[in-house]
Amino acid sequence: MKLIKKEDLPGLYGYLASAGKKIFAPVRKNGMVSFSFTSAFEEIEMSYIQTKLSAKAAAFPKIEKLMKYTIQKEGQSYEPYDVEKFPGIVVWGAHPCDAAAFHPLNAVFTWETHDKYFTRRLENLLIIGLSCTSHDEFCFCTSVGVHPGDTKGSDIQLTPLPGGDYLAEIITTKGEAVAAAVPALFSPAPGLNKEELVTSVEKRFDHEALHAKINGMFDHPVWKEQALRCIGCGACTYVCPICSCFDIQDEGGIFGGLRYRCWDSCGFGHFTIHTSGHNPRESQDTRWRQRLMHKFSYQPQRQEVFGCVGCGRCSRNCPVDMNISEHLTQIMAV
Amino acid sequence: MSDNIYQPYVMRIEQITEEAPDVRTYRLRFTNEEEASRFVFKAGQFAEYSVPGEGECTFCIASSPTRDYVECTFRKAGRVTGALATLDEGDTLGFRGPYGNIFPIEEWKGKNLLFIAGGIALPPMRCVIWNCLDTRENFKDITILYGAKTVNDLVYKQELKEWEARPDVNLVTTVDPGGETPDWKGEVGFVPTILDKMAPSCENTIAIVCGPPIMIKFTFPVLTKLGFPDEAIFTTLENRMKCGFGKCGRCNVGTVFVCKDGPVFTYAQLKNLPAEY
Repeated sequence: MKLIKKEDLPGLYGYLASAGKKIFAPVRKNGMVSFSFTSAFEEIEMSYIQTKLSAKAAAFPKIEKLMKYTIQKEGQSYEPYDVEKFPGIVVWGAHPCDAAAFHPLNAVFTWETHDKYFTRRLENLLIIGLSCTSHDEFCFCTSVGVHPGDTKGSDIQLTPLPGGDYLAEIITTKGEAVAAAVPALFSPAPGLNKEELVTSVEKRFDHEALHAKINGMFDHPVWKEQALRCIGCGACTYVCPICSCFDIQDEGGIFGGLRYRCWDSCGFGHFTIHTSGHNPRESQDTRWRQRLMHKFSYQPQRQEVFGCVGCGRCSRNCPVDMNISEHLTQIMAV
Repeated sequence: MSDNIYQPYVMRIEQITEEAPDVRTYRLRFTNEEEASRFVFKAGQFAEYSVPGEGECTFCIASSPTRDYVECTFRKAGRVTGALATLDEGDTLGFRGPYGNIFPIEEWKGKNLLFIAGGIALPPMRCVIWNCLDTRENFKDITILYGAKTVNDLVYKQELKEWEARPDVNLVTTVDPGGETPDWKGEVGFVPTILDKMAPSCENTIAIVCGPPIMIKFTFPVLTKLGFPDEAIFTTLENRMKCGFGKCGRCNVGTVFVCKDGPVFTYAQLKNLPAEY
């Protein structure tokens, strides 16, 4: 355990930036905090409860250019983007939920077939976690096995101290390399109990019990009731740090263009519709059920990860006030 | 294909066959000899076909792995197949695959085979049929029941004649009521009805069913009535797909990903899945 002074954070930022890393950090803009690429330490907002968008875009960008295509008289050709040229990115100030979310994402993208666009970006990531000293009514990380002081996923973890300085835990060899490169920024930590510094999030249900229960609930009427007000906008999936469904599209002209993949959502009717018009998930309640069953039943069974870290973004951003932790609590009760 | 899982092979269209209104078969050749020599697939697998600028579309490989070419048969229906349909012989297209599991043909040795197909679903089955016909000595009776909306909509008309002429194949064709022509000699009626009338024996027989969801829905109960065990009934699902390897999320049905765990399933397996296909 080390200590990094408030006034030394710009020095850490400066070192990482000078090492050629792009720094993806919470930035306050138009009254909203979101992860964005920054060009100066001053842009970073260190005291926030939750960002609008998660940090997942650092490894799974909203739009990933897969390849260029060209069409010539002799035929067509495809030229994939070189993943070896992907930049190193620092995710700065990710709360434990966001840092933990890269593991289930990785479970999808390395499930038998390895997706190098994702794995290369993840290898290039350095994650500076930020323990939570506050939370709001939407946070429910402790109900899904995450804790406001967790270091899982982080390379270095900062925990804010009342005076403005930070406890710094060096978690991984990546983190050690950074600490070794700028040793003057880190000093020995005072004897403090980290647990007393982080916030305490009430546990509303047990995720293992939820998993056991939800497995057999496919035909339960609760989905219809919960989804009555869902308008199928897909916002929950876009702000989710784990949702990883994507679309593949081409954009360009008759001589060339690019093929890219972009975030998609199981909340959309078009997600599953067949060309014939037949749609296996025809109504919004079946799509809502898919989202929850996938996260809490199917993913744990197939990829041994939970599809939720309890960040609460889906509830904060739902235009019709659906609240996932309330819905899950209801599922535990029915 | 490079080690990039999204990069298609470039294939050249060697031959085009007009099968039915809006239905075409393309015979494809690799433009790269080395890729051609490395490529292997088995009956039941599918691929992603691309028209750059329009995108990719998914369908089964329609030719048998026992042949030295790759064929696909598709109906012009959406954006990508619409663009695919404008291609000419000599043009190129992108091809990613093969993906998915296979029909366990090896395990069917010594059995009777009953193929039941409807409409544009004969192509995925044609791969299996030719595979079995090219290794005919491995199987006992082979029966094919094929139905389409109208006589004109029957695909592989030339091959249907060929199968009809073979003494070692029992072919029954049918068209929906109203779809017959004055000189139509086949059956008239929906596939499940004709199957019921044919009443094939379930003894030592594997049934392979491929067709639109509505046909499958009504065909399975007939097979059950005829005594076919759920494990002896095979089908191939065609959920919407984008990636082909269990990442994009579209074809997830319960704990199964159709692209990885399927597309071939037995009726017994389907019974354990939610009906989201």
